[in-house]
This record gives sequence, C-alpha cells and structure tokens, in this order.
Amino acid sequence: MNVKINGRQETVDKDTTIAKLISDKGFTPEHIVVEYNLKIVPKDEWGKIYIGEDDRIEIVSFVGGG
Amino acid sequence: MDDILRMGGRDIENRLFIGTGKFSGYKVMKEALEASGADVVTVALRRVDSGSDTEDILKYIPEKCILVPNTSGARDAEEAVRIARLAKAAGCGNWVKIEIIRDNKYLLPDNLETVKATEILAKEDFIILPYMSPDLSMARRLVDAGAAAIMPLGSPIGSNRGIKTKELVEILINEIKLPIIVDAGLGVPSSACECMEMGCAAVLVNTAIAIAEDPVDMAKAFSAAVRAGRLAHLAGVPRSTSDGRPSSPLTGFLRDR
Repeated sequence: MNVKINGRQETVDKDTTIAKLISDKGFTPEHIVVEYNLKIVPKDEWGKIYIGEDDRIEIVSFVGGG
Repeated sequence: MDDILRMGGRDIENRLFIGTGKFSGYKVMKEALEASGADVVTVALRRVDSGSDTEDILKYIPEKCILVPNTSGARDAEEAVRIARLAKAAGCGNWVKIEIIRDNKYLLPDNLETVKATEILAKEDFIILPYMSPDLSMARRLVDAGAAAIMPLGSPIGSNRGIKTKELVEILINEIKLPIIVDAGLGVPSSACECMEMGCAAVLVNTAIAIAEDPVDMAKAFSAAVRAGRLAHLAGVPRSTSDGRPSSPLTGFLRDR
C-alpha cells in the first residue's frame, strides 16, 4: 500500500495499524505524536486504526528550539 | 524580593526564558538550564526520521520549567495552528510560542499571520506567546486576539546584535498592558539587562547561551543580568540629560568668597 509518511512516499503491508508502524520503525511511543490524515491520533487509538491507501501520516517529536 | 511575573495562571520567578536549540548536547543544555534557574523553556516540534529515534529532550528539561513549544517552521497561520495542536497533544501543557516566518534571510515574523493564528488558538485555551516585529497596531491586535504576552524581536534570530528595535519596544512597554518579552537577537547579558531596565517583563535567549564557549556560565551571566536589569527598573531608572549635573554640593569650595 502506498502511503506518505513524514512527507515521503513509502509502502506498508496491508493490515498495518499505526501502532505496528510505530513499532516497526523503532520509535519510542512516549516521545512522539502521530497525525493521521491531518487528525491527531491519541496513543490509545493507535492499535485501532488500519493504514489505508494514500493515507498521510506525520510522526513528530520535540527537539531543541528557541 | 516578591517580584513574580504572573502569566497563564502560573507564577514565574525567573524572568530569563531560555530556548533549547543549538546546544552541543542535551547534557550541557540541562546544566545550563539548571544553572540559570530558568522557569520557562522553549522547544520545537519536528518530524522524526526512521531509525534515528534520538533521546527525548524533555528528560533534560528540569521538571519545574514551563514548557513552551514554538511553531517554528510554520509559514502561515494554518501551519502554526497545526503545529500548536500537535505540541499540545504531546501532553506537555497548553503554552505555545507562535512563530510564523516566510522570510528566510532575516527570519522576520509575519505579523498578520501571527494575529490570525493567535485568534484561532486562543479559542482552544492555549496560553499564547506571539513572536512579532514590534509594531503597536499589530501588538494591539494580538492583545484583542487573546495573547498572554507580546514577544517583539530585538534583532534577527541568532544574530546576536542586541536590542536594535529599542524605541519601538519602548512604545509597546508604554502602551500595551500585557507583559512585553523581548525575544531574539540578544547576544550578550548587557543587552538582556538593558531590556529589563527598559521595563520588559522578561527576555528569551537561546543562541547566545547555546553557542557560548561555556553555556553554563553564560546562562548564569544572563540570569544575573536579567535580575540586575529588573531590579534597576523597579528602583526607577533616572532620566538622562545632555548636560552635566554635579553630584557634589556647589557650596563650600576652597576659594575666596
């Protein structure tokens, strides 16, 4: 399935939840916030959302800034 | 001295706000934050790259600090609002510094888009600190839009040029009831001190501390300068004059009467 993750075109397997994507990518859930098709998804819903064709996912975290 | 800055329902004792960008590492950043005694600290929000799950910066920010995510990277109000919402969802409170920049050379903020973003986010219970070019009309619009403070720039971000906007900032201090917090460009502690003497409520410093040879001592120096400037302001800074005024009595000279 073709999806856009952090602005980059990627492919993910069918039946991939947001939780699985985060774990596959090796991110620490506590550090990050996920936006799915421009909607922020609370962590407890990551396991319920299956990623679909052409979905757009942003994974962000805090860094240094002034 | 009981001199507390009250903003967004919080009591802020230390009027030096510190930005967390450009430090050589999180450890030295943490030491600098602790040494300064800062109560308010800014962070940014960025995409994380696959396979490079870096350490959590929040672990290196003292617990007592109010965390203020900025919206850096936003080019218009819509992007700033999106970043602010993501930052709030991270669960670190509802403060946000709105920073909307379309100009990549001078990094000067877009005041109009900043007002628009402030209007939207104020309705969502954010405590909003808008970064702006010092302009009285725009500052008034930001007040009406629901800002918690006004953050005029001293000089371009990271330029270390000091308070080049002094006279415009003084107008804001005189006319705007909200705290005026100079943000950006303060390169040495004396510039921070000058802002506080003028009557700014606080200053935000990042680059000058982060890239100093010894960021910990520089953080202490800025903190001391901010305290000194504040104390001088409260003491009442005397007016300057162009002519000389003797400080010794003009009587009793050792000469014939």
